[in-house]
Amino acid sequence: MKILVCISHVPDTTSKINFTNGDTEFDTNGVQFVINPNDEFGLTRAIWFKEQQGASVTVVNVGGADAEATLRKALAIGADEAIRINANPTDGMFVATELAAVVKAGNYDLVIAGKESLDYNGGMVPGMLAGLLGFNFVNSCIGLDVNGTEAKAVREIDGGKETVSTSLPLVIGGQKGLVEEKDLRIPNMRGIMMARTKALDVKELTTTETASKAVKFEKPAPKSAVKLISADNIDELIDLLHNEAKVI
Amino acid sequence: MSILIYAESAEGKFKKVAFELASYAKKVADAMGTSVTAVTINANNTSELGKYGVSKVLQVSNEQLATFNAKAFASVIQQAAEKEGTSLVVLSSTTDSLYLAPLVAVSLKAGYASNVVALPVSTSPFQVKRTAFSNKAFNVTELTTAVKVIGLAKNSYGLNEDAVATSEEAFAPALDSSAFGVKVENVEKVTGKVTIADAEIVVSAGRGMKGPENWGMIEELASVLGAATACSKPVSDIGWRPHSEHVGQTGKPVASNLYIAVGISGAIQHIAGINSSKVKVVINTDPEAPFFKVADYGIVGDAFDVVPKLIEKLKAFKAANA
Repeated sequence: MKILVCISHVPDTTSKINFTNGDTEFDTNGVQFVINPNDEFGLTRAIWFKEQQGASVTVVNVGGADAEATLRKALAIGADEAIRINANPTDGMFVATELAAVVKAGNYDLVIAGKESLDYNGGMVPGMLAGLLGFNFVNSCIGLDVNGTEAKAVREIDGGKETVSTSLPLVIGGQKGLVEEKDLRIPNMRGIMMARTKALDVKELTTTETASKAVKFEKPAPKSAVKLISADNIDELIDLLHNEAKVI
Repeated sequence: MSILIYAESAEGKFKKVAFELASYAKKVADAMGTSVTAVTINANNTSELGKYGVSKVLQVSNEQLATFNAKAFASVIQQAAEKEGTSLVVLSSTTDSLYLAPLVAVSLKAGYASNVVALPVSTSPFQVKRTAFSNKAFNVTELTTAVKVIGLAKNSYGLNEDAVATSEEAFAPALDSSAFGVKVENVEKVTGKVTIADAEIVVSAGRGMKGPENWGMIEELASVLGAATACSKPVSDIGWRPHSEHVGQTGKPVASNLYIAVGISGAIQHIAGINSSKVKVVINTDPEAPFFKVADYGIVGDAFDVVPKLIEKLKAFKAANA
């Protein structure tokens, strides 16, 4: 099985979000970047397949040179090789088109991407990739087993979960549950040393077509101060929720 | 040229979000000088959509579509959009619609913007405001393609009655067998409980509860309010509560009308996940807890003292206002 894991290079979840250049660009100043958490669950499951069932694992990112540190981390965790498509990713359709070219050139039969990235939250790349490639597709995936070319997947639905059967070639939109939080790996020294010598190919673009563009960013309006209510005056809270907020 | 919505139903009955999409699309259609068409899949009483401004309903009845299938449903929406010459498709943010939206976009060569929180900023050029950076910011996105697909964020618009005359038409799109490559084997759904996705009110609790054995009062509070229960990440990580209750940046997003946080300090990742909720109440012993900075109402106090009192007072309130 040839697995391709798509990696987004995103601000750490504790980051404060600011914008620059007239609120048209994300301010990366002082921001720590990480593997997108939804992608990391998928990467860890891919490495499980490699170790338990025999598979090759390639990681890919569409991004600038600064994303290479994130790809090296993925290699240190256990991926075999990495590809970086040299671009400034601004649009989901554009990213999906680039990734589709990588999948076709490399004959991957299982593609795992996070169901959304924690920066733009577009939630579109895995679905668009499946649509462009004509592969089967399971989104919000919280469990995956592969046996030959047959696959069983569990997906989260509103209020529960659903088990589906499908087959390779397959695109997965992954999230927490593909592996548990405790199964995520921290790169060890041996992994970090080995990652230095693993291949990291930089490829140029196959398209410049986009379907959308970010015009500007805004931060939420500052919140008015909290109304504090005494623990001995619960009636006041109920009155405020009923008459002021009108939510009960 | 009309605007197309996919009006979701479950067991033949429309979900509330179908009417919310209709309300939203009607407003956009008025601004663009066009009308709203809805496509429905195995839904009854499709004339209900007229109340919210839908002029035309394309009714699909097909046994093969009895269970959700993203590719097949996306193909239905694509064919409906092509038949109507639609320039804008409006979808919701249910798990199913988030699943099919990018497939619809690719098949229509359309740009797609998800998590849209308001009416378009502009219809020409077509610009919408959406949440980004996990609710820590908004992003105005311009869709530059001829056909556009947008996903309306949960609980962001509401219902607006605007009755119009509605015509109904049976629609039988051709479905390729390749659309059925994913087959549903088994569905496990919680019954008799309000889900976080559907809840108007969510009662959430954290480590301040001291142990899983103390969740009885949280469940009772939720039950009095008709609310869903949720929890913080540490609580699900240590196994006090199931993962399905974890809300936050890497858990489920919450966009309820009222969010009550009990014994949750308010880590930045937790706030990101619940910040779309309209009204937030915090109950915490620590007045310095970051949650107080984002809440509308707060009580500095011990959950073990405040929650039972709140339950008792709410029961009296509910009885008086029943």
